[in-house]
Amino acid sequence: MMNIKTYVRAQSLEEAWQLNQKRSNRIVGGMLWMKMSNGNVTTAIDLCDLGLNIIEEDEEAFSIGAYATLRQLELHEGLNAYTSGAIRDAVKDIIGVQFRNLATAGGSIWGRFGFSDVLTVFLTMDCYVELYKGGILPLAEFAAMKKDNDILVRIIVKKQPGAFRYNAMRIQRTDFPVLTCAASEINGKVTLAIGARPGKAVIVTDEEEILKNGITEESAEAFSRYAAAHVKTEGNIRGSAAYRTRLVQVLTKRTLTEMKGGL
Amino acid sequence: MEIKLKLNGKMITEDIEADLLLIDFVRSHGCFSVKRGCETSNCGLCTVLMDGTPILSCSMLAARASGHEIQTLEGLQQEASEFVGFIADQGADQCGFCNPGFVMNTIALLRENPDPTDDEIRAYLAGNLCRCSGYEGQLRGIRNFLNSRKRC
Amino acid sequence: MEHREYKSINKSVRKKDSMQLLLGKPVYTDDITPKDALVVKLLRSPHANAIVKTIDTSKAKLVPGVVDIYTWEDVPTNRFAIAGQTYPEPSPYDRLIIDRHVHCVGDVVAIIAAETEKAALKARKLIKVDYEVLEAVLDFRTAKDNPVLVHPEDNWVAPCPVGGDNRRNLVASEESSHGDVDAVMADCDYVIDRTYHMKAFSQTPMETFRTYTELDRYGRLHVVSSTQIVFHARRILSNALGIPKSRIRVEKPRIGGGFGAKQTAVCEVYPAFVTLKTGRAAKLILTRKESMENGSPRHEMEVRVRLGASKEGKIRVVDVYTLSNSGAYGEHGPTTVGLSGHKSIPLYSGSLEAHRFNYDVVYTNTMSAGAYRGYGATQGIFGLESAVNELAEMIGMDPTEIRDKNMVREGMLMPAYYGETANSCALDRCLAHCKEMFDWDKRYPVRDMGNGKVRAAGVAMAMQGSCISFVDVGSATLKLTDDGTFILLIGAADMGTGCDTILAQMAAECMDCSVDDIAVFGADTDASPYDSGSYASSTTYITGQAVVKACEKLKKELCQIAAEILKCDASEMVYENGVVRNIITEETVSREDIAYKSQVFDLYSAEATAKHTSTVSPPPYMVGMVEIELDKFTGQVTVLDYMAVVDCGIPINPALATIQAEGGIVQGIGHTLFENVTFSQDGKLAENSLMQYRIPTRLDMGNLKIEFEHSYEPTGPFGAKSIGEIVINTPGPAIAHAIYRATGVWHQELPITPEKIAMSLID
Repeated sequence: MMNIKTYVRAQSLEEAWQLNQKRSNRIVGGMLWMKMSNGNVTTAIDLCDLGLNIIEEDEEAFSIGAYATLRQLELHEGLNAYTSGAIRDAVKDIIGVQFRNLATAGGSIWGRFGFSDVLTVFLTMDCYVELYKGGILPLAEFAAMKKDNDILVRIIVKKQPGAFRYNAMRIQRTDFPVLTCAASEINGKVTLAIGARPGKAVIVTDEEEILKNGITEESAEAFSRYAAAHVKTEGNIRGSAAYRTRLVQVLTKRTLTEMKGGL
Repeated sequence: MEIKLKLNGKMITEDIEADLLLIDFVRSHGCFSVKRGCETSNCGLCTVLMDGTPILSCSMLAARASGHEIQTLEGLQQEASEFVGFIADQGADQCGFCNPGFVMNTIALLRENPDPTDDEIRAYLAGNLCRCSGYEGQLRGIRNFLNSRKRC
Repeated sequence: MEHREYKSINKSVRKKDSMQLLLGKPVYTDDITPKDALVVKLLRSPHANAIVKTIDTSKAKLVPGVVDIYTWEDVPTNRFAIAGQTYPEPSPYDRLIIDRHVHCVGDVVAIIAAETEKAALKARKLIKVDYEVLEAVLDFRTAKDNPVLVHPEDNWVAPCPVGGDNRRNLVASEESSHGDVDAVMADCDYVIDRTYHMKAFSQTPMETFRTYTELDRYGRLHVVSSTQIVFHARRILSNALGIPKSRIRVEKPRIGGGFGAKQTAVCEVYPAFVTLKTGRAAKLILTRKESMENGSPRHEMEVRVRLGASKEGKIRVVDVYTLSNSGAYGEHGPTTVGLSGHKSIPLYSGSLEAHRFNYDVVYTNTMSAGAYRGYGATQGIFGLESAVNELAEMIGMDPTEIRDKNMVREGMLMPAYYGETANSCALDRCLAHCKEMFDWDKRYPVRDMGNGKVRAAGVAMAMQGSCISFVDVGSATLKLTDDGTFILLIGAADMGTGCDTILAQMAAECMDCSVDDIAVFGADTDASPYDSGSYASSTTYITGQAVVKACEKLKKELCQIAAEILKCDASEMVYENGVVRNIITEETVSREDIAYKSQVFDLYSAEATAKHTSTVSPPPYMVGMVEIELDKFTGQVTVLDYMAVVDCGIPINPALATIQAEGGIVQGIGHTLFENVTFSQDGKLAENSLMQYRIPTRLDMGNLKIEFEHSYEPTGPFGAKSIGEIVINTPGPAIAHAIYRATGVWHQELPITPEKIAMSLID
């Protein structure tokens, strides 16, 4: 259990940001991972008074506050209508309802965890993060950045018309995934994201234009082979690299074909 | 630091350490129904309601609960009494250690969804581990309770 | 079979403690520990085999709130065992409270006592230890006669001759056989020869190990512990601490699950030591991580099964060799292994001409194993039942038919089961019943569901015992109180299973009163009559019979007292319908009047104690069938339906028996599909939390359906046998069978993870 000296509920993002510049201070999200670490924290910075726990929707985009919980993502009608339930599918097997009532969207994205279902599914969308100092930048760019002392304020999903699908392989239903796979088709462009490799989720782009004539049984099969050949996997206690590579192929094909309504 | 919260209907103001977890806070106030079964937020034994929402009290700072209302099974005896007899009739209480967390989350489920299907019950309660019962008896108990409610 | 009408037996009575438990009342160890008890924390070794060269606690002791810190220099030097077993224990005396020579990762190096948990943890970080790291034996296949000795010490003691030798890393070994195994094997048309591997699965009760100790008002050591074995714990503490048993009292409050884990005194000695040293109350609550890494899990076993059969499917010979990994200490090592043969081979007593069962139990520098529901039978049955399924598939015979041909039936002698006769056995009816309930004939053929998904079914049988014959002792005291109700005192431990209630049902039946009129008290070494404890499936069968006997004794006493009231001869009195009646005058005396009389100028005791033991251990039997859907591409197995029919004699409480079966099956499903145990190269356990050791949730077990086939066990109370353990034994072989049906590949190691399945199917 980590030791915390003082706890502050920031009254503004500026106050939070100032506090967060000190190395030994930490922003508290859902506390689920943080409480398991063994370090010492001088000041725990809580953003819970800043109204970041809401999901807003307008005609162009969803704006997901950093403190919106995974349970809110799961139940949000607009988000799930837009993604055909892909968001719900990505979070519904994470531990349990009580856990998802605490875990925050911002915490999941900020952590850039290898096992993250949340990062995987958002990577396939026209998705941005808003950082307090760093401004708005594409999620993929943010995912590649090193952790710094900025503050993640919200996640923005632009409502590009498209199709979405999410699949993950879990050895046991509420376990960490052995592999995650999300796909989207926006303006005819297919984006695939593979996570829990076990490394951080990556986007697989169709460099060889395998899918240029659309997703068919054959092109999905070919693209799944392409993905398996190009996504780097490794082994850990949940699976070997070889098994994960096998899953990349299986889940890629399934996710693409299911996205097209099963072909 | 000072926190002020409502615990089972009673306002409490207390000076606490910043890293005190909510589970330890409520147990220090006699809410012994709240149990710790792991250190990794996996078991659901410590489930309490914060402003009516089920959460893991092992994973929340007591400080964050300041300004909120916390309910444990000690504060929901009446609501629990309505259905736990149906669990007892199945013998599904078994060792009982997971019961409070399970009962709390079932209360949350039934408030949110008064007439759940079996699959909805399983999904909502998936974060409540039980090593004794094999879960089926808990499900039968809830189902019998729902059926009895319909008959009324 | 007996067809008596009972009032309280074979009735689904609510558990006596159910509303207390369901409403979250403070009834567990940590709920009743005083706030000012010292917090005990343990510093544990990061090495699998090492000597503590130096240990410096001086800085740690300066932490405010730290009361004291103890190391190997502070503890007694006599070795002891922590297995909860009847004296003389078959388990070797190989432990010290703190051993300078650590034998596995997590072995205790220092005991810290502090006013608060924070202070204890802070101090723990400040203890400096210098280790001399030694080569470790981590693979149990290489342990026997390995030059590296796990227990090289001179004062290693084996209280029983079980074939152990610490100079060979042997905890126990034995050879036994019946008939000419090699000759029959040579004459068989089919021989299956396979080795099956089951890992050190964790019981994972929701309440981790915990103990609270204090000096009571007489200055005796009062121990409140989450334990299945209060009387054994008292002896263990006396051995470990070097104080007389008379100075120790052990009691258990409600227990948050045991499954055998708490048949070993995993944590009791540490707070007890602190209380003796400081004179203060102390508590030790093991974390989940400690409970996973240094609890008392299942013995990892490799079971080699050689099975010979005729071409007609007659199973003629079985040859079993088991290699069991006891880990760093020998707890339950010599005994668990026996069940891998003795409680698997007899299933085929109907046809066997010969059998052999040999075993070795070895030390390694891994976590010490203990008792887990099934206790070796689980490992043996996984092997034997898998081999029988493979034989059936090889011959092309329906696996239910081959069992029907060969299984043990009522009245048969079981040479592989200590020569006992199956006096109550409905295994044949269990199989027929389960086949019909499951719709086996329709579900056994494999069905392709498209998109790589396949549905398939599997089957397995199981047996267990109902006690340890010639060893286990159960006692009960029944007292009449002055409102005419009774108090039942027992030393058996209800760990959630409901034995308090089941024993009360028996007392109520005997005394012809309501179950509500029987209050139950237990278990407490000062107040309870002696009982070996709740393990080996024995409580219903052994302690239950003690209850029946105590009731008969008490009835005689009550007749004496009633005779005084009516001023007649006691021979004219009978206890009937809850009152005592004079058979000549038809006058009756109420229990209340008897109780009052017993309190006034009276010499007869309104209480009775009786004891029971047994020369036999009648096996319960069961059949389990499973249907799975298997995804050939990902290897994912989804359990759709698990159905089982159990013969536990006459179930005393069918609801509780059903829950036992359901709970055991779900644990078995977990072991078979995803509970895993892996070690790093330096002997550290990877699955040391509920985050990594995945027990089933309610989304992982499909639909369960349990029914019963009654047999009537003549030596059991009201015809009862046991049910607590047998129920964990069928999922391993049944699911492995279904996986074979779906894929054509046999798996001999549990868990059968999706990876193993998927990778076995890549061309």
